[in-house]
Amino acid sequence: MIVQFKPSALRQTRWYEYLVRFVLGGAMTVVAGLIAARFGPVIGGLFLAFPAIFPASATLIEKHVRARKEKAGLPGARRGKEAAALDAAGAVLGSFGLAAFGLVIWLMVVQSATWALVLATISWFAVALLGWRVRRWL
Amino acid sequence: MLEYGLRFLAGGIAVSAFAALGDTLRPKSFAGLFGAAPSIALATLLITLSQKGAPFVAMEGRSMIVGAFALGAYSWTVCVLLKKFLLSSWTATVAALVVWFAIGLGVSVALFRLP
Repeated sequence: MIVQFKPSALRQTRWYEYLVRFVLGGAMTVVAGLIAARFGPVIGGLFLAFPAIFPASATLIEKHVRARKEKAGLPGARRGKEAAALDAAGAVLGSFGLAAFGLVIWLMVVQSATWALVLATISWFAVALLGWRVRRWL
Repeated sequence: MLEYGLRFLAGGIAVSAFAALGDTLRPKSFAGLFGAAPSIALATLLITLSQKGAPFVAMEGRSMIVGAFALGAYSWTVCVLLKKFLLSSWTATVAALVVWFAIGLGVSVALFRLP
């Protein structure tokens, strides 16, 4: 299956939905910082992988797919849930990439912070992409 | 205060950017990869590096591995709750947070000998 990039999909999202994501993302970043300051890096690091905006994103996906299907005269409730479930299945694979990101940071950041961040980001995408390709082959 | 203002701004931008990128990609299973993007980590690690130093960030990276596997278990649970139990997305994603906390904190306590 070919991966498609559809910028027009951005028009489906309302301004307040972008605002909700921004505020949730910003708030969670502040909370992660406060937790690290109060409880130390072991607990603080855990919250760098907290699914902060997952509820908002999944709800948006369900809502948009349901609305699209119902506009076309089709029953949309189940399709909306299936689309959100597919997104969650993708996040399972993405989480392996996130683990790779953490691993590279752990092993490299003391030697070179810049290279650690660059390589960790590349590792995240490479591992997530590999997981997705393997999942499709199976 | 300025530090937390910067964190808020950087986190909001990073999370929104990855989420918007996910919106534009098809199929949905591929877009879902961006649901586990290191958005909060990228936003916060540079600030933490300048404030607390590299050894602190290295410890955070190690814990992030556990958090990532908790996120994987969380996402799988959300998938099951949506497909098998047909819960709404909001109910499924909020209920599954129990899994993230149980695995994340449970494994951290066991591995890192937290009090």
